[in-house]
Amino acid sequence: MKDVFIYDAVRTPRGKGRKDGSLHEVTAVRLSTTVLNALKDRNTLEGHAVEDVIWGNVTQVGEQGACLARTAVLASDLDESIPGLSINRFCASGLEAVNVAANQIAGGAGSGYIAGGVESMSRVPMMSDGGAIAVDPSVAMDNYFVPQGIGADIIATEYGFSRDMADQMAVESQRRAKAAWDDNRFAKSIVAVRDVNGLTILDYDEFMRPTTDMQSLGALKPSFKEQGEVMPGFDAIALMKYPHLERIDHIHHAGNSSGIVDGAAAVLLGDKEFGERWGLKPRARIRATAKIGTDPTIMLTGPVPVTEKILRDSGLSIGDIDLFEVNEAFASVVLRFEQAFNVDHDRVNVNGGSIAMGHPLGATGAMILGTLLDELERSDRELGLTTLCIGSGMGAATIIERV
Amino acid sequence: MTDFTMNIDADGIAIITWDCPEKSMNVLNNSAIGELDSMIDEVIANDAINGAIITSAKPDFAAGMDLNILAEMRNNAGDNPAQGLFDGIMQMHAFLRKIERAGMDPKTNKGGKPIVSVLPGTALGIGLELPLSTHRIFAADNPKAKIGLPEIMVGIFPGAGGTTRLVRKLGAMGASQYLLEGKTVAPKAAKAAGLIDEVCEDPMTAARDWILNATDADIVKPWDAKGYKMPGGTPYHPAGFMTFVGASAMVNGKTKGAFPAAKALLSAVYEGAQVPFDTALKIEARWFTNVLMNPSSSAMIRSLFINKGALEKGAVRPAGIPDQRVTKVGILGAGMMGAGIALVSAQAGIDVVLIDQNQEAADRGKAYSETYMDKGIKRGKATPEKKEALLSRITATTDLNALSDVDLIIEAVFEDPAVKADITARVEAVVSQDCIFASNTSTLPISELAKASKQPDQFIGIHFFSPVEKMLLVEIIRGHKTGDRAVAKALDYVRQIRKTPIVVNDARFFYANRCIIPYINEGIRMIGEGVAPALIDNAARMMGFPVGPIQLVDETSIDLGAKIARATKSAMGDAYPDGAVDEIIFWMETQGRLGRKAKAGFFTYDEAGKRLGYWDGLADQYPRLENQPDLIEVQHRLMFVQTLEAVRALEEGVLMDIREGDVGAILGWGFAPWTGGPLSWLDILGSEYAAERCEQLQASYGDRFACPDLLRDLADKGQSFYGRFSKSDQAA
Repeated sequence: MKDVFIYDAVRTPRGKGRKDGSLHEVTAVRLSTTVLNALKDRNTLEGHAVEDVIWGNVTQVGEQGACLARTAVLASDLDESIPGLSINRFCASGLEAVNVAANQIAGGAGSGYIAGGVESMSRVPMMSDGGAIAVDPSVAMDNYFVPQGIGADIIATEYGFSRDMADQMAVESQRRAKAAWDDNRFAKSIVAVRDVNGLTILDYDEFMRPTTDMQSLGALKPSFKEQGEVMPGFDAIALMKYPHLERIDHIHHAGNSSGIVDGAAAVLLGDKEFGERWGLKPRARIRATAKIGTDPTIMLTGPVPVTEKILRDSGLSIGDIDLFEVNEAFASVVLRFEQAFNVDHDRVNVNGGSIAMGHPLGATGAMILGTLLDELERSDRELGLTTLCIGSGMGAATIIERV
Repeated sequence: MTDFTMNIDADGIAIITWDCPEKSMNVLNNSAIGELDSMIDEVIANDAINGAIITSAKPDFAAGMDLNILAEMRNNAGDNPAQGLFDGIMQMHAFLRKIERAGMDPKTNKGGKPIVSVLPGTALGIGLELPLSTHRIFAADNPKAKIGLPEIMVGIFPGAGGTTRLVRKLGAMGASQYLLEGKTVAPKAAKAAGLIDEVCEDPMTAARDWILNATDADIVKPWDAKGYKMPGGTPYHPAGFMTFVGASAMVNGKTKGAFPAAKALLSAVYEGAQVPFDTALKIEARWFTNVLMNPSSSAMIRSLFINKGALEKGAVRPAGIPDQRVTKVGILGAGMMGAGIALVSAQAGIDVVLIDQNQEAADRGKAYSETYMDKGIKRGKATPEKKEALLSRITATTDLNALSDVDLIIEAVFEDPAVKADITARVEAVVSQDCIFASNTSTLPISELAKASKQPDQFIGIHFFSPVEKMLLVEIIRGHKTGDRAVAKALDYVRQIRKTPIVVNDARFFYANRCIIPYINEGIRMIGEGVAPALIDNAARMMGFPVGPIQLVDETSIDLGAKIARATKSAMGDAYPDGAVDEIIFWMETQGRLGRKAKAGFFTYDEAGKRLGYWDGLADQYPRLENQPDLIEVQHRLMFVQTLEAVRALEEGVLMDIREGDVGAILGWGFAPWTGGPLSWLDILGSEYAAERCEQLQASYGDRFACPDLLRDLADKGQSFYGRFSKSDQAA
């Protein structure tokens, strides 16, 4: 198997995923071409430079439908000889794109790839693509389907995380994100989103609320209590899967869950020859990739078993990893990860996470991999692990190593 | 014999009248379908006929389907019963679809003949599915009539197009209460909900007028017309999406996944909503077949429909005894049970003498009925006149002489043999020779109590469950000397008060409590072992029990449990097996945690008596296991421990009829209805597997799980309980 390297990683800023968000006027195609063109320009790629563009994207309907990956390539400055592949592994789609590309290269199916993803959550709402898992009684009932937020609250109940613990994590995420921006730590990766005339539309993560404190979070109502306890009563389903629990503690709310935002990210991957051909210096090696399926009801515990698997496969131990990016889909996901591996929060999401800056579903995996790489370089450390929890009970992970 | 007759009137309207011979209610069977089918052919083909009215000669339209049809379909298919059922159901669809399309051109929707239904009264099950296939439903303004699709109550769902048609008529949300809860309503409410079209004084005339004026477009169903959209939206329509997500969750949460019919129904609705109407009918037929092939539905129909009905109609009544209906009942003891018995007796039109030691207590017992009726009036279910009539039937007194002309005594005094013996003697001194004496004891052997009687052949047990007005089962206990007339009297009385009887022989705790007590004890035992109480109760609920054993013991009170334990222990001596349970019960008693009534038990309660959660102190006294047992293991302990008691009761002759064992369990203590009862459940498991499971449970948890000889014998011979003991045709 060939070594696979990351040569570059870029992302857009994240815009609030609402009608008044700055990126609401920008199409998902344009968000995609912003980062695709940036990779092309920054690395002076020409012609059939990469074998494929593998594009993570969750809600593949409307403008994100009909193989957005290929549409994005055609709309970008990349050559039309480069195809495109849209993939969906829910919240880890962007990371899965990187992993698939890396393993294609390692297996000899091409020398270079672009991988990443996009989500315009303001323009193509979550769940607008339907989905049998939630709706088809034969599937939903047999698998004890509950929405993600209920799953996150099951984690809190099952593993003993209080609302205070979750809120503290949220406050810290906000503090770290602000500090990272103040320190220009994202500068290497950020590509501003511009209009057709080159005018700047957004050049910073606008979702952040740096003034967040325990008191302001304390005023927020739990987001999933009503649908859990009253209509339609998902807690009863949760208790059928976790019958030793007496009730579900609803600790999550808008302030300690990830934000709904728009954004895109892309990573340039290749083997050694790819770098030589385009005169690029490798920044990190993909050390290992992994994915796994877990209980779909609690849904979001995937980072734990997928990390166990990737460590086993790579022969590393948790102590070998210098820095972690564990997607802050919900506070309890990260709390569970730290609890399971006894990892100090000082090594996890050191520049803030999705609670502060938002989680553009299809893009996040590639985005936080880039954030991890930037931070490994900035703080001069070697090994980093990125992992995300995934809808319907899955987990994905990638370990990178600076070279 | 014919079920349907057709007459053509002067306007060329065919009046098709349904009148099942020798039955008070119309029930649809195979030959009747054939008759109606030919008449519909005639209506469509005969140019002299302008339209048709399908109605009934009886006060009601129809009570439903003859469930034996389903068994016939299955049996006729030989070694492929699923194919036989599916084909039979599809034929039914084709027949009803023929009515609905009424000869109209498939492309232009023109040229059909109006076919309507006129419902004089109740129309249930197929009795509504057939009208739903017609073009308009007219009902007489009969407030006593019930209209609906109650199939779900016996473990199936409307499978003759009722599901597909109602969902397309009302939308998934609108149809849900009728399909998923089996709700039935009076004609006016049925019209308001959209189940039927018209309610009027003279529905025949209205129907005639409608037929004579109907245009081509009037008889095209919305789903057969262009541009049809399902009310409320289909599953992947933005409006329908959340409805369907919510429906799965609500059905799953309510049924705890334990009722296959609800899931199959919902799947038929979901899949059917996304395809054209005829394809939806095919899907409905596939899921309906699936439900009928599930042993749970056969068992539920057998216990909750066929056998429950048979028991209510006197299946086990001794032969040759004349009518023993009660005209006046004397009730001894006006406590909670006595007051409830007085209420249900008076509701049945029986005169009641309610006796207690002092007038105040007797009056309090009567006041229970007053309060009950007041609540009914508030909710519009009763009237002040009905209340007065009911109360006038109850005489509350301390005077035993008031009992001189009663023909049945029900004793409901304190559970103390001496107290009971005393009152028995004193009452027998004043009542007539013929009077039957029944004790409502729940724990004391009837044959022992009968020793206080001069006429032990007229002494019997009639065991009510609490609360009397709500619980559907009455357990009749035959003492060693109880005669047939006493049994007939008890059965006729139970029929009068419209409850379901089982008759059992006299033994410790009779039948119901004999099974309930080990169920509760097994739950308590697990607490002692460190099993999370939530797991115990949830495990029971997920098997289909209304409440788990821990919650149940809090409701019935812990000191009652302790009292029964002490009495049982003293009666059984060294053979007493429940020391581990008593330790917990007695400890709870010393902590003053007596259950809900004390607002402290295995649960904590607020001031109003609302459950807050399991009491933390339990985990301190009985530390939780680090690794909690598997759900299935907990469920099997709770199920087997009571089920094996039912088997032993059958072995020992306490139960004389397996139907009573199954029906009694479901109605008496809410035994998982989807199983059809404990003996049906063992049949579903298979006797061989059940016997093997007994051995494993015995090895892990003790001899209470030892396989009874009867079950062992069935396993050895590859037999089932119903295979060996069935006393009626196993329909459906």
